[in-house]
Amino acid sequence: MSDKPKASTETLTPAETSAPHRQPSGKELDWERNILQPTLAKSPERTHHFTTTSGHPTRRLYTQADLPNWDPDRDLGMPGVPPYTRGIHPTMYRTRLWTMRQFAGFGTAEDTNARFRYLLSQGQTGLSTAFDLPTLMGYDSDHPLSEGEVGKCGVAISSLADMEVLFDKIPLASVTTSMTINSPAAVIWAMYLAVAEKQGADWRKISGTLQNDILKEYIAQKEYIYPPEPSMRLVIDTFEFGVKNTPKFNTISISGYHIREAGSTAIQELAFTLRDGLEYVEWGMRRGLEVDQFVPQLSFFFNAHNDFFEEIAKYRAARRIWHKAMVERFQSSNPRSWGLRFHTQTAGCSLTAQQPYNNVVRTAIQALAAVMGGTQSLHTNSLDEAWALPTEFAATIALRTQQIIAHETGVTNTVDPLGGSYFVETLTNEVERGAWDHIERIDAMGGMVAAIERGYPQREIAEASYRYQMAVEKKEKIIVGVNDFISEEKPLEILQIDETVARRQAERLRKLRAERSQAEVERRLGALRNAAKGNENLMPFIFDAVKAYATLGEICDAMRDVFGTYEEVAIT
Amino acid sequence: MPEKKIRVLIAKPGLDGHDRGAKVIARALRDAGMEVIYTGLRQTPEMIASAALQEDVDVIGLSILSGAHNTICPQLMNLLREKGMSDVTVLVGGIIPEADISGLKKSGIAEIFLPGTSTQEIVDFIHKRVPQG
Repeated sequence: MSDKPKASTETLTPAETSAPHRQPSGKELDWERNILQPTLAKSPERTHHFTTTSGHPTRRLYTQADLPNWDPDRDLGMPGVPPYTRGIHPTMYRTRLWTMRQFAGFGTAEDTNARFRYLLSQGQTGLSTAFDLPTLMGYDSDHPLSEGEVGKCGVAISSLADMEVLFDKIPLASVTTSMTINSPAAVIWAMYLAVAEKQGADWRKISGTLQNDILKEYIAQKEYIYPPEPSMRLVIDTFEFGVKNTPKFNTISISGYHIREAGSTAIQELAFTLRDGLEYVEWGMRRGLEVDQFVPQLSFFFNAHNDFFEEIAKYRAARRIWHKAMVERFQSSNPRSWGLRFHTQTAGCSLTAQQPYNNVVRTAIQALAAVMGGTQSLHTNSLDEAWALPTEFAATIALRTQQIIAHETGVTNTVDPLGGSYFVETLTNEVERGAWDHIERIDAMGGMVAAIERGYPQREIAEASYRYQMAVEKKEKIIVGVNDFISEEKPLEILQIDETVARRQAERLRKLRAERSQAEVERRLGALRNAAKGNENLMPFIFDAVKAYATLGEICDAMRDVFGTYEEVAIT
Repeated sequence: MPEKKIRVLIAKPGLDGHDRGAKVIARALRDAGMEVIYTGLRQTPEMIASAALQEDVDVIGLSILSGAHNTICPQLMNLLREKGMSDVTVLVGGIIPEADISGLKKSGIAEIFLPGTSTQEIVDFIHKRVPQG
């Protein structure tokens, strides 16, 4: 008779039984037989299927048997050196905490400038700008399609004049700023650089981050203007311009955040984001840029969802994949290209409209995962964001959450506090393997642009998002306050943006167009249009147009004339 | 004779690209046996009204998360009235502040589904509202 426990297929989860290479120690087998089985016979577990938020199976117990070929020197290593599993800096938060960078923007440039200054006065260490939908789509505030949307989801920026107000009395020489802008990223960046120049800040010293990640727009966020080819050209133009003029500026933030918000799993988020990253590197090299010249200016941006360990594993796996790809695919020889630096935002899609104060707790746990995973900067969502942009009250609690993690919990005292945990190391391996599978599938399709054109990542995300919704509806996943533990409560006080913002913006644009030199604007827009037809780097032309106070809409239209616009085939 | 399927137009008006909700609803209604047409992104009220007329739908489901609902919904309702389509049931799903709900309903929106609504609730609502066969 076999001495394996008889009841094993009844009581073990699929994850357990589907680990054929597992060779448990005698001690573990003894424990299973003598302790575990009698326990399970008396009190069965709550379910047979324990899974992460993403549906990844989770075993009851992880032991050495889960890491048969794991070599701590090779797979874990030391912090600050390859493969960077433990973090990209030798001392991590012992030397410098992450940047507390709260995403903010609403109404007019004046409104947002006041919020920026408030957040800095409360101990925030960097800025992050949310633009409204017309700005994200390259329309001026007075465009017919902007009706009803001005200043609602972010700040309305239509020209350099608005940008000057946005950063009034904020020293760009010392404050780093992140800007969540993609299709019109080159234009908004030119406006930012023009403000920095006016302030007398040295371009070679200023730092900040331009999101500029068009691939994830086609995949998930959907704020695209032009077709992929010219859009990628604009991205590589900013890389090239950045290498020459702003060596400390992150010219892109390759973003998984929105992919996850659209409903992907953690593994899909990781895989699609890193494959996007590889795509940008390939296009940069095709332009003739030296890999180790521009890659150090690429940064990443991930989501922090509810499943604590899955998220931590994702960040650790991300660093390992990036290092491997840099060295093996691109023969990078500069360690500055190897270390994956990333920003994290807690998961907006995990916030509930019901019992919104519970969101403070969710956000705190998500933020803790980001910190345990070694993030370089962090945004924590506010409790009211399932309803609206945050009030100052809610935004302050969100910032305080980070300060509590940084100064009260002790998790910052040691590097990679979970390193060596059987569970975390196994999950890191599994997430990494799952991500490589997707990456290789996309390679086989001919790269990310080709995969997007086929709808591959879009379809994968739509499937995962539907699966998750059904799991919630069947109560396989419990969301406190939504499908269980329901209670009535009073509506929250929320921030309302009224239509006076649109009127103020329209008035400002009317004045701007009356006061600037129209001939000069036309001349510079013409030059941009001509350059767009050829192969030149467009950044200098965009910068010239911005400085003559051509509006965002006019500049984007000049390129629309040449590049056309993109329509997706919707996948449902 | 097979039962006539309920026809639904799922539309995403405005500049917002967050289509997760619209896609999940489209699929759930399809799984519940309805005929679903999804407009894709960035539809103006005019585009939505014409599509609804052309497709002869019983229901229009609007997904709005951007705060533009007070501009978009009344415009669409006026267009539907002009086109003689007042019998079409118009539903809104998304982020709508409590304070705006009664105004939207007065403009003719049949129901507003807030975050956390199950797809089954929406299916049930449509079945109750739209006679089949």
